[in-house]
Amino acid sequence: MRTHRPRGLAAPAVLALFCAAVLVPFLSLLLASVQPAGTPLTGLALPTHGIHLENFVHAWSRAGFGPLLRSSTVIALAVVPAAVLCATLAGYALATMDVPGGGKLYAYLLLGLSIPTEVTVIPLYYDLRALGLTNTVPGLALAEIAAFMPFGVFWMRAHFATMPRSLIEAARLDGASSWTTLWRVLMPSSRPAVTTLGVLYFVWSWNQFLLPLILIQDPSRRTAPAGLGFFTGQFDVDVPLLAAATLIVITPVVLVYLFFQRHFINGVLSGALKG
Amino acid sequence: MAVTTHRPRPAPTGHARTRAGRRTGARRRRRAAALLYVLPALLPYTLFAVLPALHTAYLSLFDWDGVTLPSFTGIANYRKVVSDPQLRAAAWHAGALILFFSVLPICVGLVSAAIVARRSGRRGTVAVRTLLFLPQVVPLVAVAIIWRWVYAEDGTVNQVLRAVGLGRYADSWLGSFSWSLPAVGLIGTWVVAGLCMVLFLSGTQRIDQEIHEAARVDGAGPVREFWSITVPLLRPEIAVALSITVIAALSSFDLIYITTGGGPGNSTVVPGILIYRLAFGGGQVGLASALAVVLTAVISVAVLVINRLAREAP
Repeated sequence: MRTHRPRGLAAPAVLALFCAAVLVPFLSLLLASVQPAGTPLTGLALPTHGIHLENFVHAWSRAGFGPLLRSSTVIALAVVPAAVLCATLAGYALATMDVPGGGKLYAYLLLGLSIPTEVTVIPLYYDLRALGLTNTVPGLALAEIAAFMPFGVFWMRAHFATMPRSLIEAARLDGASSWTTLWRVLMPSSRPAVTTLGVLYFVWSWNQFLLPLILIQDPSRRTAPAGLGFFTGQFDVDVPLLAAATLIVITPVVLVYLFFQRHFINGVLSGALKG
Repeated sequence: MAVTTHRPRPAPTGHARTRAGRRTGARRRRRAAALLYVLPALLPYTLFAVLPALHTAYLSLFDWDGVTLPSFTGIANYRKVVSDPQLRAAAWHAGALILFFSVLPICVGLVSAAIVARRSGRRGTVAVRTLLFLPQVVPLVAVAIIWRWVYAEDGTVNQVLRAVGLGRYADSWLGSFSWSLPAVGLIGTWVVAGLCMVLFLSGTQRIDQEIHEAARVDGAGPVREFWSITVPLLRPEIAVALSITVIAALSSFDLIYITTGGGPGNSTVVPGILIYRLAFGGGQVGLASALAVVLTAVISVAVLVINRLAREAP
């Protein structure tokens, strides 16, 4: 039997308040981006001088956010598939095979979860510079792959540990090698876990700020968030132009997020809870 | 002991011996192959995360400007981390940020999750969840730019204050010595409050509705129900929210770099900003490294303590 549950206005009111708090800052960004160029800050005032979409064109070409977006894309394309592959292989082995020193290796990998970027970035700069890898895609990509690896291994190991042992045993009895077992037997049903990891990696790589800020000093190779940071630091910022540039930079991650929102939210929530 | 018949054990035939040998050989090969699977993850992680971290620990023992030869100074940099007033200020600010990044959003998230779960028993529609999570997805640089404008002289906050007749309280929030730290902190609250709320709402799904109903039958009011059912049963989720947000508070960099750069004066300086300044502008790589090592140690201890507290039976 269910007792009567009061359906007052409290729940919708709380949710509406939260949603408004999230939306208002984005709304002021959107409103600023369609003001005529050079307009000072207007807060939540509606555009009275028409809607000026040319800010987006100027941000893309004149302010150089087109190339910035391209270099961010290149980095993400270098990082995401490589990091997902490495994490998948390691997670598979640590969950299903008898890896020598497996427990210790796993603990060693998990250690990385509490290493902040601040502690690796100083020697990364000097060491990568000595190797001629600063200002290059491989330099930044390797640093990001290394930083993302602990979570990925943790995530994929937890995923493969939930797969039925009998499936793996049956494949082995049929004479399948561990390689074939992974790709033919386990991967087809692993798509959700792999997608989630890929989406998380993409968002992290796109949003990474400190590593590109330091490892990429050449202005023509900066990533989009680092470019935004540089742009903000300049004297006398054109507000509508910067607002348009900010919207351009956040659009790819927001689109990926909206498309894969269940993967992203579940990844963050369950990834954290399994810890 | 069991009675054994003393019959001489048959000597292993050549066939059996090679089969056993082949089996251990195959086992060894399998173990070696298993190691090969782990290697592609282990290699970049070791070379580009663990070794740099160790290198930082090594550099922290030297006085180095990044150009000339470093000179060994032992633990002098660590002494300075503890005694230097600017570094101590950074530690205080990081502590204050925990209040805004962790305590405040967790309290807000818990209360609102309790209200929503009690009233509707749903965890909100997909659209609401998607929206609440949005600040998690947007780069912090963009968040910082947006909030610089919200807090500006003619920004949304002052607009609202003026509209409701509180115009005399309008301020340039990020430029004020007394308001800049709470102003930056509240941006952090804005970023993680939705995450906490969604986390707690999904946690309340785990709690059996019958427990709530039993409490209500026993005459527990909403406050009592909150403290004796919702909070204790959401312990794992609270621990998760704490570790995520405490790490975010202690290692914050992007938000502060863009909004205030540590200013005005040193009023919002945090360890991340100081490490950046000292290593890449101040020519004090050794001191920056010592600070980074201490920061990592503090984060690790904090995460350890939070997990320990979470595992303890309530």
